[in-house]
Amino acid sequence: MSTIKFTKDHEWIRIDGDVATVGISEYAQKQLGDVVFVELPEVGRNVVAGKEAAVVESVKAASEVYAPAAGDVVEVNEALADDPALVNRDPMGEGWFVKLRIENLSDLDDLMDEAAYKEYCEGLN
Amino acid sequence: MSDTIGGDAPLLTTPLHALHVELGAKMVPFAGYDMPVQYPLGILKEHLHTRTAAGLFDVSHMGQVRLTGPDAAAALETLVPGDIQGLALGRTRYSLFTNEQGGVLDDLMISNRGDHLFLVVNAACKEADIAHLRERLAGRVEVEYLADRALLALQGPRAAEVLARFVPQAETMKFMSIIEADFRGVPVLITRSGYTGEDGYEISIPNLLADTTARLLLAEEGVEPIGLGARDSLRLEAGLCLYGHDIDTTTTPVEAGLNWVIGKRRRAEGGFPGADVILGQLANGTTRRRVGIRPDGKAPAREHTQVTDPSGAPLGEVTSGGFGPSANGPIAMGYVATEAAAPGTPVHLMVRGKPMPAKVVEMPFVAQRYYRG
Repeated sequence: MSTIKFTKDHEWIRIDGDVATVGISEYAQKQLGDVVFVELPEVGRNVVAGKEAAVVESVKAASEVYAPAAGDVVEVNEALADDPALVNRDPMGEGWFVKLRIENLSDLDDLMDEAAYKEYCEGLN
Repeated sequence: MSDTIGGDAPLLTTPLHALHVELGAKMVPFAGYDMPVQYPLGILKEHLHTRTAAGLFDVSHMGQVRLTGPDAAAALETLVPGDIQGLALGRTRYSLFTNEQGGVLDDLMISNRGDHLFLVVNAACKEADIAHLRERLAGRVEVEYLADRALLALQGPRAAEVLARFVPQAETMKFMSIIEADFRGVPVLITRSGYTGEDGYEISIPNLLADTTARLLLAEEGVEPIGLGARDSLRLEAGLCLYGHDIDTTTTPVEAGLNWVIGKRRRAEGGFPGADVILGQLANGTTRRRVGIRPDGKAPAREHTQVTDPSGAPLGEVTSGGFGPSANGPIAMGYVATEAAAPGTPVHLMVRGKPMPAKVVEMPFVAQRYYRG
């Protein structure tokens, strides 16, 4: 059974065992508009919770994607290199960014579940 | 165009504000105005639509100014390096307000309307421009700010066909010319010009009739509303300068590669602010130069990205950079040392601390398709 959590910066993290997949939310892709480039970290890099893990660029601007939890990057979504618009088409699925081996599951305690995140986004509009 | 944003002052709106909101635009502060950065179509599709059909832009935030007086052209020449006395009736010219140091105070369009000159200046500069005109041309020229007029831009390969349905004579207008016309009973001023690299028009229209007119144009097949986001990517692909970014008070027309703005007679006579500096640079060259830059990879290099030579020695800075939807890749312009300004010169762009290989290239990035009759 996988669990999904969200950050206030609109990243999502889905946990399957000790590996977690990270991406940006539907709300985030809508705010960004057409994604034209994604810079992903090297596999093996250690990312720190709340610090930059990737960069997503729309026509207009570059935005940082923060790691929702600390861990080592075990895989990156190579498909984004040729088709960055996957982030717009399927942000919660094929448009994922990185997979992390999470150090402390407790990093996820303060993140929002789907219902809380939905409410949070509604509050932003 | 420019995008200086005033602190907490309430935002101004254009006569098309309600229409933008109704169309679902994402509104952002721009030069003190609440403006549409994009519509539901999104920047990428808005950009491509303008290159293949026709886009309607609200540029009412820009300043429209009328200069009246028998001596207006000669007087204006004391502030700009262009040949304004030689500007024929009904013709439009791009020019620059320069300062005593040879820097650029603003860029503008000047049209000869016979009994007056019609100017269009940048939104962020308009107050300063008008004060400058009033101070420097006092006693010679009457300077009238046309606050009661909106400005629409209709741009793209289908712009002529669309506008001709309302104003038949628009179709045969020369590039960079101006006419006064009747648009369904509304008196409008139309110039065949724009900021996209495409054929197109700018239509000056009384505020009260702007909304109705915009809706008529949007109802035509092939016309979509286009926001400031695509306006910026379109002009960057066309190699056109954005004031406050690619040109400002610290850059001269010669450094910016805008030598063609300096009229032949003006080169001989001078008589515009900073003429000694600018004419000196025309004769002796400059140490830096505005160029196009194309990254080899896919990462866009944004404004203020450092440009170095392949060994890491600084050459200059990107002043506009992003993704070009029609170029289908990252594009940039910026200033580099003159020795590195030749097309084909390999350079590095320091993007997030990493050197990205790139090349100096000729601009525009996408061929301009102005109407040449």
